[in-house]
Amino acid sequence: MLDNFTPPTRRDLLTMIGKAGGAAALYQAMTVLGHAADSQFAGPPKLTGAKPGATVLVLGAGVAGMLSAYELTKAGYKVQVLEFQNRPGGRNYTVRGGDTITELGSTQAVNFAPGNYLNPGPWRIPYHHRTVLHYCKELGVQLEPFLQINHNALVHRKNAFGGKPQPYRDLMVDYKGHVSELLGKALNAGALDTTVTAEDKAKLLEAMRDWGVLDKNMAYTKGVKVGEQRGWDRAPGGGVNGAPIPNDVHGLSDILDSRIWDNMNFFAEHVMQTTMFQPKGGMDHIGKAFYAKVAKQVRLGTRVTKIAQDDKGVTVDWVDTKTNAAGQSKADWLVCTIPAPVLNQLDIQVSDAKKAAIRALPYGNSVKIGLEMKRRFWETDHAIYGGISFTDQPIGLVSYPSHGTFTDGPAVLLGAYPFGIGAYILAGMTPEKRIAAALEQGSVFHPAEYKAEFSNGASVAWSRMPWILGCCATWTEESRAAHYQNLVSLDGRIVLAGEHASYYGCWQEGALLSALDAVTRLHERAVAA
Amino acid sequence: MNKTIRMTVLGLAGLACAGALAVGSPGFAQDRPGPGGGGAAVSDEGREVFEQICAACHMADAKGGGSDGARVPALAGNKNLANKDYPIILLLKGRGGMPWFTDILTKPQIAAVITYVRGHFNDYHDPVTVADIDRIGSTNPPVPDCNCGH
Repeated sequence: MLDNFTPPTRRDLLTMIGKAGGAAALYQAMTVLGHAADSQFAGPPKLTGAKPGATVLVLGAGVAGMLSAYELTKAGYKVQVLEFQNRPGGRNYTVRGGDTITELGSTQAVNFAPGNYLNPGPWRIPYHHRTVLHYCKELGVQLEPFLQINHNALVHRKNAFGGKPQPYRDLMVDYKGHVSELLGKALNAGALDTTVTAEDKAKLLEAMRDWGVLDKNMAYTKGVKVGEQRGWDRAPGGGVNGAPIPNDVHGLSDILDSRIWDNMNFFAEHVMQTTMFQPKGGMDHIGKAFYAKVAKQVRLGTRVTKIAQDDKGVTVDWVDTKTNAAGQSKADWLVCTIPAPVLNQLDIQVSDAKKAAIRALPYGNSVKIGLEMKRRFWETDHAIYGGISFTDQPIGLVSYPSHGTFTDGPAVLLGAYPFGIGAYILAGMTPEKRIAAALEQGSVFHPAEYKAEFSNGASVAWSRMPWILGCCATWTEESRAAHYQNLVSLDGRIVLAGEHASYYGCWQEGALLSALDAVTRLHERAVAA
Repeated sequence: MNKTIRMTVLGLAGLACAGALAVGSPGFAQDRPGPGGGGAAVSDEGREVFEQICAACHMADAKGGGSDGARVPALAGNKNLANKDYPIILLLKGRGGMPWFTDILTKPQIAAVITYVRGHFNDYHDPVTVADIDRIGSTNPPVPDCNCGH
């Protein structure tokens, strides 16, 4: 007997635990195995026992809709997907040369060189978004590192350093130097003697000296040690002039004006931590990979006009956007991923509580602008390889491409990505004016090259995308408390899915986790019905 | 059927809290650009507030856009604006896909832009004041029925 015994793999073990103890036990076991503490993803659902011939309609062929179709089809359901656009993917979207961007009020032709692209929607995948990463692997989507943090990229605030951008590294090192010096002074003055023990006080003084790179007088001053973090006026070299020369540090007030702690905190957020990934060649390779699995089941160019249900099934009225011909689809069950700003204008037969939840879900706005430059001057002239330069102008940031480093020829910068006020300001402009504004504002980082090397640009203002009218759902603590459970509840034969039906708003991870949860609950009810 | 549904009203307390939660930095781990562009300055002048904020959705001519089932309402020639309380409530509380603007605009900016939209794109010339906004804030009327897209 023992000869035939194969030790269970970790996956086998987790499957056994999952079957015996359910999702909660599985999640706990995965945590113990060091796997899952930062993700609710417990592997793809194992939906078995679908009734023969059972049917599901999915509204929307974004990643939530296509994952729903993919998993439900695997489970044995007959699935049809209706999609308004003539393109699958939804916000999983990449624009390239030859594409057309159609907004309310404008149409743009994209003229990027072959191989270059802009991801107007999602553009980066944190290492713990395990659902996205799982399906990328399962579907064969190649990933590469996304360069999230770059110490040599710049930070610009109009009211700091006379409006001159500074390297993130300089501000970050100076900030902790000054803060350490101040805490050291407070400790040495006895100001914290009633708060910390003498033993901890000694450790804290050592910590401040090391962490802040303070000198022997516990002061943050110019010197070789600081240079080892902050960089140099003359970098280390070889031969007779090999000795490095440190540069000057900034004063406390200037550093406080820069609000560099905002940037440091941004990179400290769980969803912003490295390692980050992006699909090679554009984010839409994820959507395309899902579409390759479900394409035969998707009807593109189909505008839903009415969603009804009774105790026998669901009925969806629609119009073909090309021919204007009306049609109707029926199924036993429905997964609806239509974004709330559109869904709230539809005639949908669900409870008043769910309607109220759909109505209580405003969408934030954002804008992305891609600027194709004739050459990678940020790399060749400034040693900036990927990462983000931040500004408090409406464009919000400039992000340098993570891929294609050291290549010649044109490359596309992300020339704007604001939410909030900056996004409204840019969205309200014509596409031409957006490009002009992005060039003007981005020039603050690279004045010598930015306009001179510009070739062409394209922008997407999400508030004007006719199929969604916004970027993603804006929840508050109050609206979560009042409406979230009503939004995600299974309502007769209808369940909603998408990033708006998750606590990972504005992330594909939320859309996928929401879809998995929705189809799992739908399947449970369908099997029990 | 949609017209009979009343959007749940955010209480005054909710409004106060909403002010602390900028749309520019949506809560709970949402993807966002990071510090910067969400906090750009907005003008105090009504026409400029319209161009900087409202036109992003309602378009430069205030005629809205979109197609049936996915429409941004027109502000130009909009009879709902005859009652000045109506736009004040919407800007303070949002409705449907439109967020509240209490975390982006000050009360004087809200008053200025409503005065501009009612007077310039419509024929309602009585000004909206900060006192009007405070009155709506204190009486806390419900959000009007949503006839989004109709």
